[in-house]
Amino acid sequence: MKTETIWTRFLRFIVILFSLGLVRGIIGFAIGVSLVYGLMVGIPISQGQVANKDLAVLLGGLLGTILLLLFAGVFTDWIRSMSGKKVPLRHGPPEHLPAWTRYFSVDYNHKVIGVQYTVTAVIVLLFGGLLAILFRLELTYPGMQYLNQDQYNTLFSAHGIIMIVSILLGVGGMINYLVPLMIGANDMAYPRLNAFSFWVALPAALLLFLGIIVGGWDTGWVGYPTLSTTTQLIGVQFFLLGFYIVGFSSIAGSINMLVTTFTMRAPGMGLFRMPIFVWGALAASLIQVTATQTVSIALLLVLTQRAFGFNFFTPPEGDPLLYQHLFWFYSHPVVYVFVLPGLGVISELLPVFSRKPLFGYKWIALSSIAIALVGFLVWGHHMFVSGMDNSLRVPFMMATLLVAIPTGVKFFSWTATVWQGKLTFPTPMLFVLGAISVFLIGGLTGPILATVPTDMPLHDSYWIVGHFHATMFGGYVFPFFAALYYWFPKATGRMYNERLGKLHFWLMAPAFWVMSLGQMRIGLLGMRRRIADYDPALGIQNTQFLITIAGLVIGWSVLIMSYNLVRSARSGVLAGNNPWRSRSIEWQLPSPVPEGNYEQQPVIIGNPYDYGLADAPYTNLAPISGD
Amino acid sequence: MKNNGRHLAIVAVLVAIGTVITYYVLTAVYRLPVAASSQAGPIDNLFGFHFMAISFLFALIMVFLFYSFIAFRRKPDDEEEGPHVHSNTPLEIIWTIIPLVVVIALGIWATFILIDITEAQDGEMPVAVKGQQWAWTFSYPDYPDVGPSARLVLPVDKPVRLEMKSEDVLHSFWVPEFRVKQDLVPGQVTILRITPTKIGSYKVRCAEICGFDHTHMVAEVEIVSQADFDQWLVDQSSSIAQLSPEERGVKWATEFGCTACHSADGAEMAGPSWLGIFGKEESLTDGSTVTVDHAYISNSILDPGSQIVAGFENIAMITGFEERFAAREAELLEQGIEVEIIEDLIAYISSLAE
Repeated sequence: MKTETIWTRFLRFIVILFSLGLVRGIIGFAIGVSLVYGLMVGIPISQGQVANKDLAVLLGGLLGTILLLLFAGVFTDWIRSMSGKKVPLRHGPPEHLPAWTRYFSVDYNHKVIGVQYTVTAVIVLLFGGLLAILFRLELTYPGMQYLNQDQYNTLFSAHGIIMIVSILLGVGGMINYLVPLMIGANDMAYPRLNAFSFWVALPAALLLFLGIIVGGWDTGWVGYPTLSTTTQLIGVQFFLLGFYIVGFSSIAGSINMLVTTFTMRAPGMGLFRMPIFVWGALAASLIQVTATQTVSIALLLVLTQRAFGFNFFTPPEGDPLLYQHLFWFYSHPVVYVFVLPGLGVISELLPVFSRKPLFGYKWIALSSIAIALVGFLVWGHHMFVSGMDNSLRVPFMMATLLVAIPTGVKFFSWTATVWQGKLTFPTPMLFVLGAISVFLIGGLTGPILATVPTDMPLHDSYWIVGHFHATMFGGYVFPFFAALYYWFPKATGRMYNERLGKLHFWLMAPAFWVMSLGQMRIGLLGMRRRIADYDPALGIQNTQFLITIAGLVIGWSVLIMSYNLVRSARSGVLAGNNPWRSRSIEWQLPSPVPEGNYEQQPVIIGNPYDYGLADAPYTNLAPISGD
Repeated sequence: MKNNGRHLAIVAVLVAIGTVITYYVLTAVYRLPVAASSQAGPIDNLFGFHFMAISFLFALIMVFLFYSFIAFRRKPDDEEEGPHVHSNTPLEIIWTIIPLVVVIALGIWATFILIDITEAQDGEMPVAVKGQQWAWTFSYPDYPDVGPSARLVLPVDKPVRLEMKSEDVLHSFWVPEFRVKQDLVPGQVTILRITPTKIGSYKVRCAEICGFDHTHMVAEVEIVSQADFDQWLVDQSSSIAQLSPEERGVKWATEFGCTACHSADGAEMAGPSWLGIFGKEESLTDGSTVTVDHAYISNSILDPGSQIVAGFENIAMITGFEERFAAREAELLEQGIEVEIIEDLIAYISSLAE
């Protein structure tokens, strides 16, 4: 028998490393980008000639994306089947390799993909948070301390888009992991497309990262012409392309979700017997599949104006406002993509921790659809002072005010759900309640922006920054963390550490209140957004200091959560199959969930939230023992 | 549900108290800057309403929730489920219809305010605002002899119509004390109406990200009495022909936006300060050294980017000055005034001895 030498161990490490789709993919990406850049920029510049960097980034980024997907193995099955071969869907961990490698490679199981999305989301969130800490440090005191204006502009621009990517990944993670389980299906309708949806986000993230290190960009995450079409900073082209590519993930993922939900529900699960989270995911997916295309075209027009010299946005023949309309037609609805799943998590968890039905289930379900629909009519409220025709201001103001109605329905219904319930407060419930309080702040600071006369002083001020952080944290970050803690035992079979979970909450929630309320205060007093320094005469230094400290506390609290979840996944207490005593069908499965989900097709025979009603089972699945 | 009436009565009282406390705290923490325009009146009234509504709705939800956390906490040994209450259609209808009516009314009121603060005023004075990376320039079409100014000076209580143009990218005009705001858009003229009502010094700060030095795109705004304004107009409108080349150079430096990046007093900005540079030996980014003489300055203005001082980046130094100078010189020639703008600028720069 051969003894294991260092050499054989090293060889095995190499074999495993290069088996990973992630490693192969990154190699493909590096080859694609550097090949094109080398040919189109490196060679001309070394000959003393002018190079078209914008075109090189566009073509190199596209080639890098395609090679990443190809080398990672995303296209393998499709290419084989295009040549007529039968390609059975591969299930289970890879043969001949350790089981953990499936998380770093192309895998078709929706639970694996959900974990891939979720872990990537948290990593990207931490990186985006780091960028914010860096520029918040600069803003703590008046005067320029350690950043120059280019670096500062890059940090906030990157922070914005990277957080958005993180949210889309987190939304994708929740939807992918939960929806099939919640509707009694054994996977998504299109498992290979599902893998593609995750993997295509990776080159997008890499491009954004490259954009930062090649010198950054100065346009914010909105990329308005004519600054974006004329700026010398090449990072803008990386940003535009990365943003563009992430759209494919959204569109493919949402198609999958919609087909799955409409065709693969368990028998007896009419639409109004679905778990409420699925309604939130449904509404979000309807938006994603419809609206993403308009921002894609907006970005593409700037990319090609820069690369080929086309004129879409430069006056007099072009119009900068065209971009803003195309951009915001997507970018307003997308904020509902960000929050509707999270608001669905709130609705999902409150009944479990109140031991009471979800109040007004039908109204809540339809309110998500209503928000999605009305959300398409309001984009002009980002453009009240843009120079668009004055006749547009009033219609957009009225439509924006209308969004408050279905949103109010949710708040009132949540309140009625906990009212007279029997409340317990484990970590997931704390985060849900924190979410409600924070989303309340975000929601209440919306109408003041909807009415044009009060929007005028507040547009492009730190009030806006406070408002959208409150809506994003309340509608996504807090509910996302609630979901992580809540479904962690189902996914891993182990319980997270409750004390660390509570510590995370009690650090993050007060800190967030301070941060958001502070941001709105300084905005009202005249602090603009997207600036590297401010006039001491505004008298806002103390609040700026508090905001920075609050941001640091939030960052540390998220690190505590990350440590908690990683450690507990390995060595946490065994959780049992239904620690929360939920009626939802995924909790009637063993924890962790078996590879193929449901051995027998569950049948739905009642309503999901009939807590407190005797003899009213939801499903015919017998609850698993070991509760 | 047990004792529902009693719980609701307690909550009702707490909501009332909570609303008052929230309103008090809100208005203490959330202060608007001093109101210094006639537009600020109706706008601040609308803010006031919003703060009241926010206070009530915040207290409503938070009191209900916090009361529930305490009153409806599960008792330690209670394994029973809660009451099976899953809907109440009349309640759902009420809390849909009432907010709907309120927001519609709010929208109508806000529309009237919007019309009030944006409609044309009798006797409004036009002021031309030019925004460029990264400076503001103001001129007065009714007073063509008054050259472009780096400060916006306005008489109190007179309605003004700002006619705003951008030379390059999006900018935005914002004086917090005046409340209103409007973007500057390349390729179109945007209008903003303001009637300043308080004498004093304010600042206009660009409120739309416009590149490298967006942070510092700030200008002084002086609201003065009518008499002081008339005097200022007189002081400003010295005929260009009567000025020395150095004095004209000062005007050109403002008008063409040089002061956005170059200071005259040694202050560090996006471009090298002009103080004491004439005749200096300067190192360039390509490692060579050059004497800052007439030829070098002329080249730096007309062919920007070809000779950049070490330690500075070649960022967006505007090109096209040759054409712009020629156009302005032609304009002045029609008034019978002959100048060479570039010579005036070089004369001014060379006069800035340390």
